[in-house]
Amino acid sequence: MKADALNKKKKYTALFTVLASVAAGCVNGLFGGGGGMLVVPIFTVLLSLSVKKAHATAVATILPMSLVSAIIYIVKGCVEWNITYSVGGGVIVGGIIGALLLKKVNNFLLSMVFYLIMIAAGVKMLIG
Amino acid sequence: MGMGGGTLTIPILTLALGIGQKAAQAVNLISFVPMALVTVAIHCKNRLIDFGAMIKVVIPALAACVIGALIAPAMSSRALSIGFGAFLIILGAFQSVVAIKNKLKKDKPSRICNCAGAYNCVVLDMCDREYYD
Repeated sequence: MKADALNKKKKYTALFTVLASVAAGCVNGLFGGGGGMLVVPIFTVLLSLSVKKAHATAVATILPMSLVSAIIYIVKGCVEWNITYSVGGGVIVGGIIGALLLKKVNNFLLSMVFYLIMIAAGVKMLIG
Repeated sequence: MGMGGGTLTIPILTLALGIGQKAAQAVNLISFVPMALVTVAIHCKNRLIDFGAMIKVVIPALAACVIGALIAPAMSSRALSIGFGAFLIILGAFQSVVAIKNKLKKDKPSRICNCAGAYNCVVLDMCDREYYD
């Protein structure tokens, strides 16, 4: 009986993992970003990784997805290279600054500000 | 990574800088790659990447990602903008509810009573007062 329940749980976990991964892949391919925020809960909730490992594994997962999507976007002619170089440089500098400042910032406040900006940006994009 | 900086790059480029939706998406994808390569190298060195778990996710995700990336250039920028906007609202709302719930759970003192104070705990409980070990 217990073995049956365990097998059922494994099957459901596998099914939800595949469905959630497909959703994350769709979002990353269609919208060019945002897949990472769906992939992290897959690792923590469904695959029981620790938060640190989940974030690290998520970056490794999103990397090939972003690379493949980027190649497709380049082939389809969607890229403006002058913007890409300046944004790319900014992302690297911002990432270093963010990593240095992270210890000094209140995590909860930072998260809430980030989520509120997400919602506000989403509303603005819907309205147009 | 968990903060999803790339998620905000697209609205910043489109809303603040007036760059087209597809160009912004392409920029976000391309600029992520070099930063991610360095990050993954560091995580590999620190043995933080679970390759078994990664394979389970990356295969279906990559297949769906390829389909999404092939469809996106054919869609209108307005449709992509609306879709991404809806995604940001849903995800932002969900994440903020989860963050607030977790914060309230952490701040609530735990009701632990040792044996010596068991009677006191029962009395305090009946009076609906907080108590700690």
